[in-house]
Amino acid sequence: MIGLGHYLTVAALLFVIGVFGLFLNRKNVIILLMSIELMLLSVNINLVAFSAFSGDLVGQVFTLFVLTVAAAEAAIGLAILVCFYRNRGTIAVDDVNVMKG
Amino acid sequence: MISTDLTLLAPEIALSLLAMLGLLGAVYTGQDRRAGALLWGTVAAFVIVALWIGIDGRGSRTGFGGMITDDAFARFAKIAILLSAAAVLAMSKAYMQERDILRFEYPVLIMLAVVGMMIMVSAGDLIALYMGLELQSLALYVVAALRRDSVKSTEAGLKYFVLGALSSGLLLYGASLTYGYAGTTLFSGIIDAAGEGPLSLGLLFGLVFIIAGLAFKVSAVPFHMWTPDVYEGAPTPITALFATAPKIAAMALLARVLHDGFGQAGADWGQVVALLSVLSMFLGAVAAIGQSNIKRLLAYSSIAHMGYALMGLAAGTAVGVQAMLLYMVIYVIMSVGTFAFVLAMERDGQPVTDIDALNMYAKAHPGRAMALLALLFSLAGVPPFLGFFAKLEVLRAAYDAGLVWLALAGVIASVIGAFYYLRVVYYMYFGEAREPISARASPVLLGFLGVSALVTVLGAVSLLGVDLAAARAAAALVQ
Repeated sequence: MIGLGHYLTVAALLFVIGVFGLFLNRKNVIILLMSIELMLLSVNINLVAFSAFSGDLVGQVFTLFVLTVAAAEAAIGLAILVCFYRNRGTIAVDDVNVMKG
Repeated sequence: MISTDLTLLAPEIALSLLAMLGLLGAVYTGQDRRAGALLWGTVAAFVIVALWIGIDGRGSRTGFGGMITDDAFARFAKIAILLSAAAVLAMSKAYMQERDILRFEYPVLIMLAVVGMMIMVSAGDLIALYMGLELQSLALYVVAALRRDSVKSTEAGLKYFVLGALSSGLLLYGASLTYGYAGTTLFSGIIDAAGEGPLSLGLLFGLVFIIAGLAFKVSAVPFHMWTPDVYEGAPTPITALFATAPKIAAMALLARVLHDGFGQAGADWGQVVALLSVLSMFLGAVAAIGQSNIKRLLAYSSIAHMGYALMGLAAGTAVGVQAMLLYMVIYVIMSVGTFAFVLAMERDGQPVTDIDALNMYAKAHPGRAMALLALLFSLAGVPPFLGFFAKLEVLRAAYDAGLVWLALAGVIASVIGAFYYLRVVYYMYFGEAREPISARASPVLLGFLGVSALVTVLGAVSLLGVDLAAARAAAALVQ
């Protein structure tokens, strides 16, 4: 029987993969966007699992809000990335370095 | 009922409608030619809504089943947010116009960001918190990259976006755990579920993730790494905005979550906030010493100041919240003045941000140099300027709450931090003369510079009554 703990473990794993993707990835900004999406979706698994196991609908409503915001966030991220690419001619993470830090 | 619920949100609804109308009008008619008028309209709308909230609001009410709270705390933060955003917008007009980046999106986006901030400070529920925070953040990611043809500005936007999205992810993960282990997203329900004793492990994880996510937004160490780059890369008026309104909103939101949602677990989060505070104060003070760019210097300065504001929050008392609110208001007043000066720094029409350019500035412009001197002394916390009293209040709150080590660390950090403010003053009065910077400055900038410098000098007499309003606000939050 698959219990709440299994869902939480999968979500935690996906979240950690997303965070590591943000920090360890040295190649491509698109991969950063994918990592962000992975983090938000792992949160959705959490919310839906909690909601289903406690019989409370609020968590699923929250999930719908998160999905909507994630779509808006991806759109804005890609728009900024396009502007950056036009100026810099590259989307490699190592080239996001005009300012130190 | 629904109509009473809607009256609670009337200021936010009015501002959202105005933003949509402005967007539609600008798209259908004159494109960017009307941007100036739209900008002044936005400033007027902010001031009117701030007056409206100040005069109309009384008591504590909740609406939408507890999702939205309207109390003295929310009103105090909203008025501070609206007025500071209005001041920054008014200052930015000339700068944006000269550099041809005064597009109509700019005031509209700021208005949407301000609506997000207002939702944040009156949130009574994790969903409302998240929606407000994202509305603010998404609008601010775009304005950071407003200068589309500049590598620095788009890079600032990209960095802000990636790290901001990471912080939203952390906050959201914390919110999901809190929801799961408390069984509700309402703050009032979370505080009941948390109970008197120590927090359950799930709630504790949720709390820590939420604090980490919000620490990003207030740029507290160790979540500060985006701040210097974004401050340097974004156009200066946008930097001024980042240093003021969003900081108040994020700090107020942090206070709201900690006290309304986890008020019984003060011992658990007090330590975390105290650690953030002490790290921010020291890193902000030490890392600013080597900076040669005034925008980066102000970024580290803002990190240090957030450390002091967090100190008030770490105390976990009503006095602490009052000191935090007072600190934020005073910090914003000083920031507005300092950024008015930075906006006026230019040579041959190009903005200058090197501190070197200020060498012997006092000889050419004694009045302006004197105003900046007052502001920098106040930022450093030298008595009898206003910044000193702000620091005194948070130190006293921390001391009274038994955090003597934190108060001592704050004093040491402020001595270290005084060095880099005084270095700028030294350049202005005793440096070697270099190529002078332009004498031109719009009267609006000079007005803001002069008024905020006067406030830092004269405000010390009575603290302008802000401390009383902050006390009422803190009493509404901490029962």
